[in-house]
Formats: sequence, structure tokens, C-alpha cells
Amino acid sequence: MSEQTKNPLRDAISEAIQENRVILFMKGTPEMPACGFSARTVAAIQATGAPFAAVDILPDPRIRQELSALSNWPTIPQLFVDGELIGGADIVTEMYESGELHEALGVAAPTTGGPASPATGGAPAAVETPAGADPAPRPMGIENRLG
Amino acid sequence: MPSPDEIKQRIEAAIPDARAEVEDWTGGGDHFRATVVSSAFAGLSRIQQHRLVMDVFEGEIGGPIHALSVKTQTP
Repeated sequence: MSEQTKNPLRDAISEAIQENRVILFMKGTPEMPACGFSARTVAAIQATGAPFAAVDILPDPRIRQELSALSNWPTIPQLFVDGELIGGADIVTEMYESGELHEALGVAAPTTGGPASPATGGAPAAVETPAGADPAPRPMGIENRLG
Repeated sequence: MPSPDEIKQRIEAAIPDARAEVEDWTGGGDHFRATVVSSAFAGLSRIQQHRLVMDVFEGEIGGPIHALSVKTQTP
């Protein structure tokens, strides 16, 4: 990953990937996926019960451009865990079916593990703007789906 | 617009020892589904395996090839 800082949007994406252990870049939102591949992927993640953050890439075409430049992966959705690209719809679905997705997301496979803890609030959190950052509106919203 | 057969040929030409089956997933000529078997995938993570296939079509996925669904296997 290149560390050039001429690109605030790319930096914001990169930060979001580092700061959210599980983050899905998708078309639409978890409630209203705007593409069948995103819908399939979000359904698999939700089925594990693991908390995840989601970013809708549709509001600004540059999000997708920068994301793909960062990840070197051409399509959406893209799931990152611990800062690493796990895959898109095909890989996530395959991993869900084999049980590997639970493991990758750090949740116990369906039998064990208590109910997912309802973490902080439930309100979607916007990506935080560091103090003193550029005043331009940030086109990227992150929703945290905890629990 | 590439045909399933063309996609198959290109995958098989680019990845050593690969056998590919490609179908037009939606009948629309731009959503493809490929199953690729190659010993070149041995020892690679899923994402690395898929990258080998995606790299064959660099720049075309998202363009003329709207979507390429991939399943990789070792022989």
C-alpha cells in the first residue's frame, strides 16, 4: 500500500480499513443493497452475527476508484478484515458455506457463542473528521453495524 | 463483447495447467461465471487464486465484462 498523502479520499478509505476490523465496501446499504453481489455478501456476513462496518460506494464514484486502486481488486463488494482484503461476493459466499467466514470474522460457528453483544448505540456513525482536517465534506459515510 | 469461449481460452492460455469452464450467467453477454482448475492455485489463498484469474482481464472487469464470478480449485 503506497503511503502518499496527496489524496485525502484514499487516505480516508485506508484509515477506515485500518480502524474497522471488519469493513465491507458495497453498493447500497446493508438494509438496501443496490446490487445482487452486495446483497449476497452482506447476507453472509450478517448470518455470522459478526459486527461489521459498511461503506456505500455509490454516492461518489471516486470512492470506488480509490478503493480499487488501493486494493487492486476490480469489483464491488470488497470485504476487509484486519486491514486485509478477504474477497468479494464469490469468496465471501464460499467461505460462509465452508464455515471459514465465522473464523475469519472472529465469531464462533453457529452452535456456540452467546448472542452478539449489542455494542455502542446503533446509530450509524459518520467517519470522524480529525480536528484540523480539510473542511471539504467527506463523501464517504461509514455505518457501524455492531451486533 | 467477449464470448464465454473467448474468456475460457484466455484463462487457459494465461494460467499454467488451467482448465476453465465459463458460462454466460445472465444471458446478457456481460456477466460471466468461471470455474477454473489449475495446479497453479496450490498453496495460494483464495484471494490470490482469484487474483490470478482476475489479472487475465485487467481493466476489462467493470467495463466490457461487467462481472466475472470465479470459483477456483486445485486438481
